[in-house]
Amino acid sequence: MSSRALRRHLISRLMTALVVVLCSLAVLALVLIMGNLVIKGASSIDWAFFTKSPVPAGQTGGGVANAIVGTGIIVGLAALIGVPVGVGAGLYLAEYGSGKLGFIVRFIADVLNGTPSIVVGIVAWTFVVRPMHRFSALAGSVALAVLMIPMLARTTEEMVRLVPHSLREAALALGYPRWRTSLKVVARTALSGIVTGCLVGIARVAGETAPLLFTALGNLNFTLSITQPMQALSLQIYVYGTGPFEEWHRLAWASALVLMGLVLSISLTARWVTRERHGSVR
Amino acid sequence: MVASANTRLRLETVKLTALFGKHRAVRDVSLLFPAHTVTAIIGPSGCGKSTLLRCLNRMHELTPDASVVGEVLLDDINIYAPGVNPVELRRRVGMVFQRPTPFPTMSIYDNVAAGLRVNGKRTHHDVDEAVARALQQAALWDEVKDRLRTSALALSGGQQQRLCIARAVAPRPEILLLDEPTASLDPAGTLRIEELCHALKRLYTIVIVTHNMQQAARVSDYTAFMYLGSLIEVSRTDEIFTKPKMEQTEAYITGRFG
Repeated sequence: MSSRALRRHLISRLMTALVVVLCSLAVLALVLIMGNLVIKGASSIDWAFFTKSPVPAGQTGGGVANAIVGTGIIVGLAALIGVPVGVGAGLYLAEYGSGKLGFIVRFIADVLNGTPSIVVGIVAWTFVVRPMHRFSALAGSVALAVLMIPMLARTTEEMVRLVPHSLREAALALGYPRWRTSLKVVARTALSGIVTGCLVGIARVAGETAPLLFTALGNLNFTLSITQPMQALSLQIYVYGTGPFEEWHRLAWASALVLMGLVLSISLTARWVTRERHGSVR
Repeated sequence: MVASANTRLRLETVKLTALFGKHRAVRDVSLLFPAHTVTAIIGPSGCGKSTLLRCLNRMHELTPDASVVGEVLLDDINIYAPGVNPVELRRRVGMVFQRPTPFPTMSIYDNVAAGLRVNGKRTHHDVDEAVARALQQAALWDEVKDRLRTSALALSGGQQQRLCIARAVAPRPEILLLDEPTASLDPAGTLRIEELCHALKRLYTIVIVTHNMQQAARVSDYTAFMYLGSLIEVSRTDEIFTKPKMEQTEAYITGRFG
């Protein structure tokens, strides 16, 4: 081997090793988090944990059924509000957003994307909690939806832009009106990407705590009413984790494990949807 | 121009100029496409032949900044006149592109039916019939009749292109525009498409843009030669390839430039 070839070989090896180490560091974070949660939280998870509401401080037992259901309701409602608006805005940006209005919408979405979630919480408090004169799950959902919308708008736009121009032309040449081309051909082709974007967006807001602090507020009791204050897993973790009781800490760890499992399963679903896309679309 | 007396006039451009911004991609072209013939448009890359084709179904204007001056007459009606709906026009003038463009989310059947469904309500029976007819016209029926519900992406490139032809002819257009339809196909696929041109001109007036002079010679009745956006010469195909009138045409078809 000539010295130049040897040098190239060594540099290649070095770089590969470097990349592997950095990659492992990134993965290590997730492994540590999951490991820690499992060690500290798994032992507290039993049937009662999923089925019972919390018991008064000082007693042992009880569960976080109210928080699990609450997270489901608050996030589900947020998705119900956020997905149509976000995806619709994204479609608009991709298909018609080349003008001034598109520029403005895109700029606002980017600014909103960078807005701290606690600020969004205060805004939801001002516009939903104050007029209703009470904290509510609905207010929490609105706050989460506002966080979700710019994310979904931008990912939807990206996904729609990935659809080859030739497909759009093929539909138009066939006598499709523009709206029908957008909906039946372009959006449908981008659908799995859009669904993935929605799932990732939902997973992102499912763990949010700050925007729920002064909107959904939290509730020690089980409730299904969206006009009442409602518990969420993230709020539960915040309150129990900062509380003084050993029993609370135990439940906080377990709640964190459940929340993490929830987010992880949404992300995995998103991955699965994307994999399907590469199999059939390209 | 050399339309024989018994062919009815279908499509004609009159002093047609197509622009991208200020650039004139097609310059003052007057060209007649007789009914039930195949007209080939040849010329070197960038001569405006695809742009001319895209003016015939008003696809040109979809490009930002693009505009058109002059007329395109379809049965003596200017398709650029106010009041002509380009969406409806495109249902009368089918188009097939350089690369196959099957809709990836749709089955073979749905791809062919796509153009029918925008043409208003039709019964299942009608659609079934029209899909079968279009696939037969595109010489694809025998290969796909047992898997109409499978993804169109499972087909080979040549099959996909024939599927696109089936999709274009399913709504029974009057004109069929082919924009280098064999550019991405192998020789076998090319041959099949060329055979199709012969078969389909009974039913449609066909305009084909091609880079390939042998192809023009094989499939077309008339050939138009374009250079730098202008129409240099148009004539019966056997004449233009044996005794071209213009020096530029001769230079191009003998391979001295282009």
